Amino acid sequence: MSKVVKTLREAIELAGLKDGMTVSFHHHLRNGDFVLNMVMEQIAALGIKDLTVNASSLFDAHTPLLEHIKNHVVTKILTDYMSAGLGHEISRGVMEKPVEFRTHGGRPADIALGRTPIDVAFIAAPTADSEGNCTGKLGKSACGSLGYAFADAKYAKKTVIITDNLLDGTLSEPSISGEDVDYVVAVDAIGDPNGIVSGTTKITRDPVGLIMAQTAVKVIEASGLLRDGFSFQTGAGGASLAAAMYLKNVMLAKGVCGSFGLGGITGYMVDMLREGCFRSLLDVQCFDLKAVESIRDDPRHREISGARYASPWEKDAAVNDLDVVILGATEVDTDFNVNVHTDSNGFIMGGSGGHSDTAAGAKIAMIIAPIMRARLPIVTDRVGCISTPGSTIDVLVTQKGVAVNPARTDLRERLKAAGIPVRSIEELKQIAEKITGVPKKPPKGDRVVGEVYYRDGTLLDSIYNVPV
Amino acid sequence: MRRSMLFLPGSTPNKIINGDAMGADAIILDLEDAVSPEEKDAARILVRNAIRDLGFPGVEVIVRINALDTPYWQEDLDEIVPLKPDLIMPPKTASAKDVRALDVYLTKLERASGMAVGGVGLLPLIETALGVENAFEIASASQRVKALFLGGEDLSADLQCRRTKEGNEIDYARKRIVCAARAAGVEVYDTPFTDVNDDEGAVRDAEYARSLGFTGKASISPRHVDPINRAFSPSTAEISHAYEVVDAITAAKAQGRGVVALHGKMIDAPVVARAERVIAAAEALGLGREAR
Amino acid sequence: MKIVKKATAGTLESGDVYVELSPSDSGNEIELQSAVLLQFGDAIRESAQDVLRQFEVENAKLKLIDQGALDCVIRARIETAVLRGKEA
Repeated sequence: MSKVVKTLREAIELAGLKDGMTVSFHHHLRNGDFVLNMVMEQIAALGIKDLTVNASSLFDAHTPLLEHIKNHVVTKILTDYMSAGLGHEISRGVMEKPVEFRTHGGRPADIALGRTPIDVAFIAAPTADSEGNCTGKLGKSACGSLGYAFADAKYAKKTVIITDNLLDGTLSEPSISGEDVDYVVAVDAIGDPNGIVSGTTKITRDPVGLIMAQTAVKVIEASGLLRDGFSFQTGAGGASLAAAMYLKNVMLAKGVCGSFGLGGITGYMVDMLREGCFRSLLDVQCFDLKAVESIRDDPRHREISGARYASPWEKDAAVNDLDVVILGATEVDTDFNVNVHTDSNGFIMGGSGGHSDTAAGAKIAMIIAPIMRARLPIVTDRVGCISTPGSTIDVLVTQKGVAVNPARTDLRERLKAAGIPVRSIEELKQIAEKITGVPKKPPKGDRVVGEVYYRDGTLLDSIYNVPV
Repeated sequence: MRRSMLFLPGSTPNKIINGDAMGADAIILDLEDAVSPEEKDAARILVRNAIRDLGFPGVEVIVRINALDTPYWQEDLDEIVPLKPDLIMPPKTASAKDVRALDVYLTKLERASGMAVGGVGLLPLIETALGVENAFEIASASQRVKALFLGGEDLSADLQCRRTKEGNEIDYARKRIVCAARAAGVEVYDTPFTDVNDDEGAVRDAEYARSLGFTGKASISPRHVDPINRAFSPSTAEISHAYEVVDAITAAKAQGRGVVALHGKMIDAPVVARAERVIAAAEALGLGREAR
Repeated sequence: MKIVKKATAGTLESGDVYVELSPSDSGNEIELQSAVLLQFGDAIRESAQDVLRQFEVENAKLKLIDQGALDCVIRARIETAVLRGKEA
């Protein structure tokens, strides 16, 4: 039976969207996404108010949301990540209710448990058929994996697929099955391909980034985990990618064949797969064109759901089998707590994404960060916001030394034995402050504008407004 | 232990600040070629403040001043010398006379700031044909000269040839300067490999320099520091062999034997001397027997 | 020292500070823009005053556009501007 309806407006009406309900979106089209804005514009035109938006991430492309917030179309936001453009306004206090931040594992878990029920899921799909079977691997707006949208499709009361590549026939290998879909809408374009995936992600040329990446790989070698079956995740940031490049060379030189590479996948991880560093890639999100091509063409490169990636309640969540994850930080405190939510002035500029999920699961959760950014030391007494608890972070790599969580005496001894410059985290703080001076704490407001929920659903920290 | 030296432009704060984190044994804060004439004053003050406030723990600090035929070199020394950098690198050093001119001025500055006379060491940069031919007299012109440094770029220009990756054009100069430095009993450092994108070329160039007898090598790119350090560090095999040699000698002495053989080969004085140098280097790098 | 002409020093690159110093006839005036204003604004002003005092500059307008420069950089750039702008 065809589920195709002519217009988005019709789909919204058929889905029965009313005041006070919850709508959801995924972020696989990243900063190129047109769908969230398109849907919200129709919803606003229909005069529906007081909605909750549950989006796996929000980017600067989504700043029109601010208008809907001002007009009370949207009164609550749930997300795992919010980029600086939107975050800045939220931090200034444009919303009455605080934004609820979850993790990429916590979001699908809470959806499945009914803690954050979704009334209507709007799923951007680069290719779909009239039954609602869809995939991200094909079409002009291909984005690769649709992993973060699986929970939305499965648990929302109504699911609407929005595509710019509606097939006449049946899609043979869908990522999301039509069983979970109620309506399909064809539009001209679901996104701007330039914003969806980057061409190639370039490895940093910043010497500090390269030095840290080299040290990171020495830490991995010294940890004893780099043996056949090794599993690994790294971010798409400069130093993290450079670490993947150096790690590849070491794995090839030592003939180590790992089991899987995980996470948001870049072309560098694809190279590692192709050259034999891993037997498979488990991909919840593609970062670049090479990753999109690989997930489409290489059966060893597998699409996984957000829950399979990182849910705390999923028995075989991939993060639990992870040996090493390399993560970033805007701040780390002397208890190893990490902030990836707010900037040095307290403005929201990010979110956990999979940060705290992978840190909790991996045998070694490693933070790579320069000892200072401009004049701001990376290590503080207390981070502005706890995104990831320090108890789950094992090691901090900077260009001026490596700090190991005191709970990991085993790791500290291994690193020392390998000649890696191990210092206490307090020492790293002092080294930086000797160079920069001690920064004053920026003033905090008294109103909560964000709540950070840990992957198990407990409240980890609150983000306050920035007085301006 | 000075294997690698990293050039840092004296006018760029961001590069100076992280200079001591790049793995180089020494940094060369450059007031000369990396700084345009309009910024000479700014770089001099910036480098002075950076040495004073940051200190660069764990690395040696060398400052390349402007050449003696410029109006800047005395002002450079006025600002920098009181901070006691490890070495001063004067560019385009061509004769013993240049060294003596520096010595006179440095002595005056040392007296003025109450420093020990003769404490400031020199690392003359040899980068002209005349300088190469005078390398021995430069190296032995003053107790201040601690090492010689070959500069391949300017030298090639002076030789009226093109600077190549292979470096045939500077081969004579390299060998000559090593010989001159060793004859004068000072250390000797090789010119940077300038293609910052060619990592393999950098490794080859460093290994070649080591084979000629250079003590270490400079780099203009942090990326080449690691290859240089590796090329100028003794290998595990060299270290093991050195300990075998020294152990064999010790055992022979204990037994009162005069002639010693190891693996069927005679160990003579040069072999022992070399072994002792390797062990000293290994221990300085934390690769000695104690560390293992 | 008397500032007799407008002088600049430094750049707008990250980790540097751009300094503009010009003569004035009504004491010293400091205008500061900084990427780390909340954390280091007071410290930067103090250092600026300190350098002006050290060179006995009493009538100058000092404009600083700071991109997170360290204290030693800020002091160096201001000193450079002072020496460039003083009487010959």
